[in-house]
Amino acid sequence: MDVSGINSKKLITPGIFIVVLALLAALPFYASLYGVVLITSILMYIILTVSWTIFSGTTGYLSLATAAFFGVGIYTSAILAGQIPIVIVVILGGLVSFGVAALVGALTLRLKGVYFAMFTLGLVELIKHSLIWYEIKFTGTRGRFVIVVDNETIFWIMLGIFAVLLITTYIIRNSKYGLALQAIGEQEEAAAHSGVNVTMLKVVTFAISALFMGAAGAIMATRWTYIDPGIAFNINLSFLPVLMAIFGGMTQLFGPFLGATIIAYLEEILLTKFPYYYMLIFGVILSIVILYLPQGISGLVQKFWRRFPGGKSANT
Amino acid sequence: MRILEGEGVTKYFGGLSAVSDVDFYVDQGEVVGLIGPNGAGKTTLFNLISAALVPKPGIIKFKGRDITGMKPHAICRLGIARTFQTVKIFANLPVFSNVRVGSLFGASKKTSPAETGKTTAELLEFVGLSNVSNIPAKDLTLANQKRLEVARALATKPELLLLDELMAGLNQTEVTQAMDLLKQIRGEGITVIMIEHVMKAIMNVCDRIIVLHHGQKIAEGTPQEIATSKKVIEVYLGEQTNVGSQ
Repeated sequence: MDVSGINSKKLITPGIFIVVLALLAALPFYASLYGVVLITSILMYIILTVSWTIFSGTTGYLSLATAAFFGVGIYTSAILAGQIPIVIVVILGGLVSFGVAALVGALTLRLKGVYFAMFTLGLVELIKHSLIWYEIKFTGTRGRFVIVVDNETIFWIMLGIFAVLLITTYIIRNSKYGLALQAIGEQEEAAAHSGVNVTMLKVVTFAISALFMGAAGAIMATRWTYIDPGIAFNINLSFLPVLMAIFGGMTQLFGPFLGATIIAYLEEILLTKFPYYYMLIFGVILSIVILYLPQGISGLVQKFWRRFPGGKSANT
Repeated sequence: MRILEGEGVTKYFGGLSAVSDVDFYVDQGEVVGLIGPNGAGKTTLFNLISAALVPKPGIIKFKGRDITGMKPHAICRLGIARTFQTVKIFANLPVFSNVRVGSLFGASKKTSPAETGKTTAELLEFVGLSNVSNIPAKDLTLANQKRLEVARALATKPELLLLDELMAGLNQTEVTQAMDLLKQIRGEGITVIMIEHVMKAIMNVCDRIIVLHHGQKIAEGTPQEIATSKKVIEVYLGEQTNVGSQ
């Protein structure tokens, strides 16, 4: 490949990124309210899926704690929103999730395979039931009201989280730590004996992924206006990002985006058009993808892309 | 100068002692062979030195410094690198990236990306894998996967290299090539401890041999001394005529 090719390619990715972001940022000015709300939901799923992929997609540690970190963000927001600016609330929601994940990660990331998956699943229930106990014992109510924020602000903040996440993912993937995470996923023992501080890297990456989940939860809480532990720690949100990532394919950066966008949109369409067959159709589509597209949708896209002359660079 | 010393190194698995009360030393620049029947505790001793396991009780010193209880990545950065009996490569990563991991993370001092790229390319040249640097590591032959492990270990700029059965499963030609590689590594001034069952290699390359049996050190000496030691012949080598003919 010639030098100019590399340069233009380096410019294209950030270029597309900025254009898409600008178009999205202006969305409230040309789209309907329904459109803004729908895109906010889709962005939320993308954030959860991409941040899940940062850790689990590369290291192969199957985390089902997404709902836990999302919920921690929601509760941070429920407690703080209205008292301080919403942007600060969102940042704090992320930081609290980061802290919880760092603590949990340090304690449990020595667990391997299915044990880690089960523990993270248990974590969601553990926090949920601790909260129920606390609320009933001390506050006397089950749920909380969250201060209402207008839909445009929610959308813009979600978009902001999305942009920061995208940049973070890009930086990690292209840094030496991205390579180390892949090495851990391939052969953790060999990575450790090649000088990679595996424990530290796993814990920090796990916490970074939780940061974005928590931030997304913190802003989403303001849209729901009323939350209780059951709503905040919804186990579905642990499984959906995994499905979306598998659906989209994890080898490419854009795989999780595609997966989350398509499934979130599909869910919306199916739920409104075929409320009774929604789960059935959803299940059939997922089964087909998992059986026939092991690389996910992004694998399929690449296959077609490669047929075009000059499309080879997609394979890097 | 002693580069590595072990005092009373012991490791129990449940009630079974895999390595028991072994004292050993390795001098700078030496090539030391570690031999013994299967299950003698050779790989366990490697795991103890490279900190995959922690001796209990026992002390391991590297260049006079007690390194017992340190983490594997820290041991690696200090200058002890290893390969594995059953190859542990990053199977789906390209050959080049496999070695680059060692270069980026294992070296004691920080290196620039350009420098690690250069080191990696040089090492692939050194072990003869330059022409396959872009294919996934899993597609290499066993002999080449073992060479890849050596390159990855060397990329961490080690002073001491632990080679766990570099030649097991290789054919005659590949064994000869591996021996040449070993001599080159030694030529770089790197101290080597090698576990090996291929006696020809052990006898030709090693300065000194340590023999383990049931987790205990039963003999130690030059290849000549070991080859003629009654005890070693009894538990491991068998008839003397076999030595060197394998």
